Amino acid sequence: MNITTLLILLLAGAIVTLISGDKLASRVALLFSLVAFGFSLNLLFQFNQGTDISFVSNWIDNPKVAFALKADGLSMAMVLLTTALTPLIILSSFGNNFNNSKNFYALVLLMSFAMIGTFLAADGLLYYVFWELALIPIYFIALIWGNGDAEERKKAVVKFFIYTLAGSLFMLVGFAYLYSKAGSFLLEDLYKLELSDNEQFWIFFAFFLAYAIKIPIIPFHTWQAKVYQKAPTVGTMLLSGIMLKMGLYSVIRWQLPIAPNAAKEYMPILIGLSIAGVVYGSIVALRQKDLKKLLAYSSLAHVGLIAAGCYTLTVDGLNGAVYQMIAHGFVIVGLFFAAEVIFRRFETRKIKELGGIRSQASGFTSMFMILVLASVALPGTYNFVGEFTVLYSLSQVNLWFALIGGTTIILGAYYMLRMFQHTMLGETNTKVFAEVSLNETIVFVVIIGFLLFFGLYPKPINDLVNPAIKEILAVINR
Amino acid sequence: MEMNLAILLLLSPFVGFLFNVFFGKKVSKGFSGTIGTLTVVVSFLLSVCFFAQLNQNGKAFEFSLFDWIQVGNFKLNFGILLDQLSILWLLFVTGIGSLIHLYSISYMHDDENMHKFFAYLNLFVFFMITLVVGSNLLVMFIGWEGVGLCSYLLIGFWYKNQDYNDAAKKAFIMNRVGDLGLLIGIFILAINLDTINFTDLNAGVVALNKTGGNQALQWAALCLFIGATGKSAQIPLYTWLPDAMAGPTPVSALIHAATMVTAGIFMVTRMNFLFDLTPNVQHVIAIIGTITALVAAAIGLLQNDIKKVLAYSTVSQLGLMFLALGLGAYNVAVFHVITHAFFKACLFLGSGSVIHGLHGEQDMRKMGGLRKAMPITFWTMMISTLAIAGIFPFAGFWSKDEILMTAFHENKTLWIVASIASIMTAFYMFRLMYLTFFREFRGTEEQKNHLHESPSLITIPLVILAVLATIGGAINLPGSTWLNHYLEPILAGKHEEHHLGSTEYMLMGIALVGAIIGIVLAYSKYIKQAFVPKTDNEIVGFSKTIYNKFYVDELYTATIVKPINALSNFFRTTLEPALSKVVFSFGSVAYGLSSQGRKLQNGNIGLYLFVFVIGICAIITYLFIAQ
Repeated sequence: MNITTLLILLLAGAIVTLISGDKLASRVALLFSLVAFGFSLNLLFQFNQGTDISFVSNWIDNPKVAFALKADGLSMAMVLLTTALTPLIILSSFGNNFNNSKNFYALVLLMSFAMIGTFLAADGLLYYVFWELALIPIYFIALIWGNGDAEERKKAVVKFFIYTLAGSLFMLVGFAYLYSKAGSFLLEDLYKLELSDNEQFWIFFAFFLAYAIKIPIIPFHTWQAKVYQKAPTVGTMLLSGIMLKMGLYSVIRWQLPIAPNAAKEYMPILIGLSIAGVVYGSIVALRQKDLKKLLAYSSLAHVGLIAAGCYTLTVDGLNGAVYQMIAHGFVIVGLFFAAEVIFRRFETRKIKELGGIRSQASGFTSMFMILVLASVALPGTYNFVGEFTVLYSLSQVNLWFALIGGTTIILGAYYMLRMFQHTMLGETNTKVFAEVSLNETIVFVVIIGFLLFFGLYPKPINDLVNPAIKEILAVINR
Repeated sequence: MEMNLAILLLLSPFVGFLFNVFFGKKVSKGFSGTIGTLTVVVSFLLSVCFFAQLNQNGKAFEFSLFDWIQVGNFKLNFGILLDQLSILWLLFVTGIGSLIHLYSISYMHDDENMHKFFAYLNLFVFFMITLVVGSNLLVMFIGWEGVGLCSYLLIGFWYKNQDYNDAAKKAFIMNRVGDLGLLIGIFILAINLDTINFTDLNAGVVALNKTGGNQALQWAALCLFIGATGKSAQIPLYTWLPDAMAGPTPVSALIHAATMVTAGIFMVTRMNFLFDLTPNVQHVIAIIGTITALVAAAIGLLQNDIKKVLAYSTVSQLGLMFLALGLGAYNVAVFHVITHAFFKACLFLGSGSVIHGLHGEQDMRKMGGLRKAMPITFWTMMISTLAIAGIFPFAGFWSKDEILMTAFHENKTLWIVASIASIMTAFYMFRLMYLTFFREFRGTEEQKNHLHESPSLITIPLVILAVLATIGGAINLPGSTWLNHYLEPILAGKHEEHHLGSTEYMLMGIALVGAIIGIVLAYSKYIKQAFVPKTDNEIVGFSKTIYNKFYVDELYTATIVKPINALSNFFRTTLEPALSKVVFSFGSVAYGLSSQGRKLQNGNIGLYLFVFVIGICAIITYLFIAQ
């Protein structure tokens, strides 16, 4: 058994969902995503046993493109993040009734498929195809099933599509150049390339545009908030929970090892820009009036810190970045879901119109509170493990980076608690807040359980990721 | 066996927390409170056992539960360290914790969310234990942030009131400012020493100091102290504590007087070997502590809310403890921590009893004459007031006297300022007592008819604490300095004994006379002249400045909160759209190049996909040709 089966499974899932019809679609999709999750756990087990689960075969002869999927600890971590979050995201949508739901859920599985492909691809062009393929489902999901004024939504989503696509094209040009040098797109061949500093600069910059837009790093973030707000919550979750990690993952997998000298040369600028995103995102989040937009900017702040960790080029920085990707993936899905749960009942996400929910729904309040606390990286949550490790790595580079990046500890608490206060606390709301359903509770409980368990016992993830990071660092420092 | 007991000690309150979260609503209020109390009592009894054992063999006990975080070249265990310092803290945290839990069974009985109250209180004790027993700085940090969380939850316990929620939020955020400092301090130590285990740090710090790393140590010490100013409410991060009085009174007693706010002192004492090597930072600590003691005492002079007076008093007393820390007299600071825990917990619980009796009234201007109706409350509070004022032979006399004595020997200016703060303390505390318990009752007729002593669940803890406030000084009487010897392994015998000579007796005399002056001044103003503080808008001049707490809150709002929010608004309404426009204009330029571009902007999805596919094809074709 190898990792291709996982991809086939998800693709088959998308097709079956499409045929199964609107009534069954959500359940079929959930079933396939759960099987895929179980399957990836099995793969992890085999991987830990030392079994080779990679798959390499020739695909196109000229130019030489290989269908190469390789798994190391880093890829496995990202694949598991995707397969674990996908069923949760699907389950979270059970309270919504989508028109044409067979298309909707097929697209969700297709997106999961493409993202997993991105995390596994070990051939530049194959990777690029998956990378772009992931954009198409989310584009339709956001455009067709999104909310708010249709014209405005279209504008935001199309902007997002073209913007990220434009960024990726630079990456493609970069790959073309690399191919002309190496005669292959294979990752291992690209790792062996001896590029001059000048070449590295251009390659690094071309990749950077693609990733900086996807992650996003300021000032390339302008597409983000609007799309998060306008997309249906499932789409927002897919975007923020998994898709933006594609950019961060790619920094570690492709950008840094292929152009390490450029990365070292521009390290202070890159970290500086990333950290500026932390502060900027936090400050913008402070006065947001819409729950989803606030969370979008909090996300901007958090990924800024992750990116900063990546660009430290230290073991701790890269490890911490991966931890934080996982932690952020879970918590942001949980938080967007909380916003959705509120929206289902009150039909608004405007913070001003909310409040007074706690006295009606204490269970939901507690779960939301825990997610808020995880988001502000309270010790005991996995987010703390990630944030601590990243901040520690920043302090290794320069204490000022840690100090400025560390303001997220304060500002994060400020905007999250303020949001929580005005959303949940205060005099009982005049509108009735219906009890959270079983499905909704399951989503919250799984996410919270994950964050608390690994917050106290992060060793399994550490043991998985650490060796892979060390290998990549060996390539970077070759 | 020992290990299991230690785990039980740690987890018992957590079990209470889980019980009250999941089953608290289903059982009766009394039962929920009883479980909450018993789980803390279990921890207390175990603490006593460990204490007894430690006294027998004198050996610290350390073990690791599991690997936690791995960074750099070192692994961090989830480790537990039970030594003289942590067991001492355990004793009074769980001991006073038990009493306050007991008290709360009665005090919170009418609250619909009583089980939640106990859940939070249990969770607090759990985190406080974690803070105290952690064997490295990061496990301590779990507890450190955890108690901050519980403080947040409990200050905002009555969550329907947004003012209370604001106070809770403020406490959490200000604490986090300190926490960032603490974290940076941890980073500096970790980078330079590759360890943050307490038992390894000592040797590491000394070695680093010898190899020219003193500057790093100074920064580390300063950052740790910034952390302490947050948690222990020192200048400049003290303003959250008075606001924290929004929480139910048992919370004020437990968290905001006796235990959590002493975390900063615990941490500095724990890291004493570091601070000993950084005299500059010690000076900063002593000065900040002294100024805080003075400023807070001055504000306390004119407050009319009974809990606010006690809150500023707490800030002021903590300042005195930091003065002692800054002078390197860790044992003296710890001594005052313990006696203060006794009498301040008693005072808060007493004020709670008063508030309870008056159905929520906290303004002393509407109290008076309660002595007869509430004799137990009165007498226990009186004892504690004598203790805090520093009257012989109550507990506070001995501990405060040691602080002043140390200050006298080290730095006369600090001694004078601290003495003035002490006189003020005696004044405002007796002002509180006179306004509350003497002369005529100034409340409503209805309240007057319902005046009564609180039930025994409330008065028993009061009595026990009052007894401790009376005799608590015995643990470190001059001459029989038990505490100093007990702490010797932690402080490596650095403390100096003050042998009782004529200077010492003179100093005691001066302190005592100072306290009596304060009391007499209060007596003449509030009993003889029967002065009742004016209504808020009648206060003018400098009194008004003091009454409004020197406008520090306003200052912070104007210089920090408002600018950040203004910046946020500017970013949101101006910069973000502008950035967005820049991106769009790039797009427009590109599309404007051809007439096809204009069609693109129509938003035709099919066309986009078509262009996308063509684009990929074009580039692949290019690759072919390039070959």
